[in-house]
Amino acid sequence: MIKPFLAASLVVLSLMGWLGGSPAAAQPGPIKIGVITPMTGGAAAVGKDMVNGLMMYLEEIGQQMAKRKVEVIVEDSQGRPDVALTKLRKLVESDKVQVLMGEVFAHIGYAMAPRVDEYKVPMLYPIIAADDLTQRKPAKWVVRTGWTSSQPSHPFGEWVYNTLGYKKIAVIAIDYAFGWEVVGGFQKTFEEAGGQIIQKLWPPLGTTDFAPYLAQIRRDADAVFALMVAASALRFPKQYQDAGLKERLPLIGGGTTFDEFVLPALGDEALDGISPLIYSAALETPENQRFVKAYRAKFAKVPSYYSETSYTAGRWINEAAQSIGGKVEDSERFLAALRKVEIPDAPRGPIKLDAYGNPIQNIYVRKVERKEGELWNTVIHTFPAVSQFWKYPPEEFLKQPVYSRDFPPCHFCQ
Amino acid sequence: MRQRMPQIAVGMALIGLVIAPFGLSSYVLSLLTQALIYAIVAMSLDLLLGYTGLASLGHAAYLGIGAYSVGILTTQYGAGFWVTLPMGVVLATGVAAIFGLVALRATGVYFLMITLALGMVVWGLAQRWVSLTQGDNGIAGIPRLELVVPGLGVQSPPFYYVALAGFLLTYGLLRVIVRSPFGQTLVGIRESESRMRTLGYHVWLQKYVGFVIAGAFGGFAGVLWAYYTGFVSPTDVELATSVEVLLMVALGGRGSLLGPAVGAGLIVFLKNLVSVYTHRWLLILGSVYILTIMYTPEGIIGGIQQALRGARPPSPPLKLRQ
Repeated sequence: MIKPFLAASLVVLSLMGWLGGSPAAAQPGPIKIGVITPMTGGAAAVGKDMVNGLMMYLEEIGQQMAKRKVEVIVEDSQGRPDVALTKLRKLVESDKVQVLMGEVFAHIGYAMAPRVDEYKVPMLYPIIAADDLTQRKPAKWVVRTGWTSSQPSHPFGEWVYNTLGYKKIAVIAIDYAFGWEVVGGFQKTFEEAGGQIIQKLWPPLGTTDFAPYLAQIRRDADAVFALMVAASALRFPKQYQDAGLKERLPLIGGGTTFDEFVLPALGDEALDGISPLIYSAALETPENQRFVKAYRAKFAKVPSYYSETSYTAGRWINEAAQSIGGKVEDSERFLAALRKVEIPDAPRGPIKLDAYGNPIQNIYVRKVERKEGELWNTVIHTFPAVSQFWKYPPEEFLKQPVYSRDFPPCHFCQ
Repeated sequence: MRQRMPQIAVGMALIGLVIAPFGLSSYVLSLLTQALIYAIVAMSLDLLLGYTGLASLGHAAYLGIGAYSVGILTTQYGAGFWVTLPMGVVLATGVAAIFGLVALRATGVYFLMITLALGMVVWGLAQRWVSLTQGDNGIAGIPRLELVVPGLGVQSPPFYYVALAGFLLTYGLLRVIVRSPFGQTLVGIRESESRMRTLGYHVWLQKYVGFVIAGAFGGFAGVLWAYYTGFVSPTDVELATSVEVLLMVALGGRGSLLGPAVGAGLIVFLKNLVSVYTHRWLLILGSVYILTIMYTPEGIIGGIQQALRGARPPSPPLKLRQ
């Protein structure tokens, strides 16, 4: 029984010897950007789109910000909070990055926020949309350059009632915080305008067979609002069509149900799907046309909003670094500069932060159409400069609880 | 001299672990902390897999219960360590006591499947019982560990040493357990359940007690884990975590306590260090698993032991009896 001890000790000692001699030297040099994002696991493709977007921007500016070289260190979070926290520590303590960005999942965003505040290193969240990160649980050092889940839903709910004229809508949405918030925002404004949500179905995350849910959808609805993400978004439209629902009940939804991330893999079943988001690759502004062209030339695919927001996050860092003469080591000033950034001509349109730290930006209502053989999200309506609180006074809005499975309650469900 | 080598090596390893904070960067130290906590889980699973021959695929459940106890008690009730620690361990033990009643009705592959299903039940609760667990968002903002030490007031010890103490305590207790007559009975059950029954042992009860003890230590690790990450979410309870712990035991060498600990360290460091250099790190980790299974089915410790001892008849492979 003593032999295992020896064996164990050898392993431990050799490990420690190997690790001991790696001092992390801090020297003024390049601006270091630490990126934490899933590069393996279920969301790996999203992570790839994000890194692509950032890298493309850095290439355009010759890997230089405020006359300093830029170094990017990408760390794989595997889509797991514990791993993301470990990588966060590595980037801050070993690599001594001056700014961080990344992540896809809301729970990882919530896990990292208190740590980021402790480290006092600014971190950009270009994707994570959890409402409370800039509403009821803000973090000082987190700068959200993306959006809140309910931000596109607010104007969309009212628009659907007034413009499309639907009075009764059935909802089918993935059962987690992002789904609740997208649906909650939609329900609030749709019902305030006079509409009725008559049903809410919540398939769990990772559902791929929707038949049991589709069979339950109430046929007396005027339309169906669906919120799908990634793998479920790839399958849902086809199953919706196969169930014979597409001809009877028009399909609308949250932005990710039909985003550019899934469109290339979809066919005619997705046509005419209407959804709101902060971006559409089909935007006809010169900035976006140039962006899409360059992105396609480089990566041979249409940029998703993950790519656009990460590309813009790169620019965000650059603008802030320039405004303080490249002195990014002064974290407090850097953070203040990051919060002041205004970008009038991002591919997705003009952006600036509100007092709570969430971008005020355009919301595009998009319709899936076929153009030259490809599916595109044609923009059919633009809401300019929408805040996360939309038309509500922030203080009043914050008095209501965060959108959840049970809030707003379903008054018209049977 | 050759006789003394093991003791010397152990002493050096222990000294190495104790002085580690003085020589290592805080990042590497955090990996070491993580490895120590995972080592506790792996050793507790070893009691089942290595000593009793029961492959459980739901061990993350106890880790999760320990961690969620800390998350809920600290953030909602402001509880301190001396409350969360016993609560986490007691709850995990209680759940193991209930799960054991269900799981131990079966053996072999069926036991594996039932533990998997029970693990998924806990995962489902973590995901769906939103009012308690905050669901998918997880519980953030677990405060740093603070201890009220008699005479010294409130202290915030370096967490690494807390994990190290937890590791040494677990190792010591489990070592006593596996060497006790009870532990030997478990080994006997692993080798031949029917023979043990013929000899008059209450086989089911022995296995049940082993199962509950393993759950208790899993919960203990969960308590430490929650303080270490400051965050709990359903990922801590999911199947992937259970599988990873199982791999740690298999890689390090089941049935040796220290083997799983080494396996835990190896996997934690491989994952984090290799992934710095390549995003294809899963391939490398996979290759390590395959090579280990092919060349030292006894795990790393088993392999080294064998090399030290010279040729030795291999112990029989783990059988999944039906």
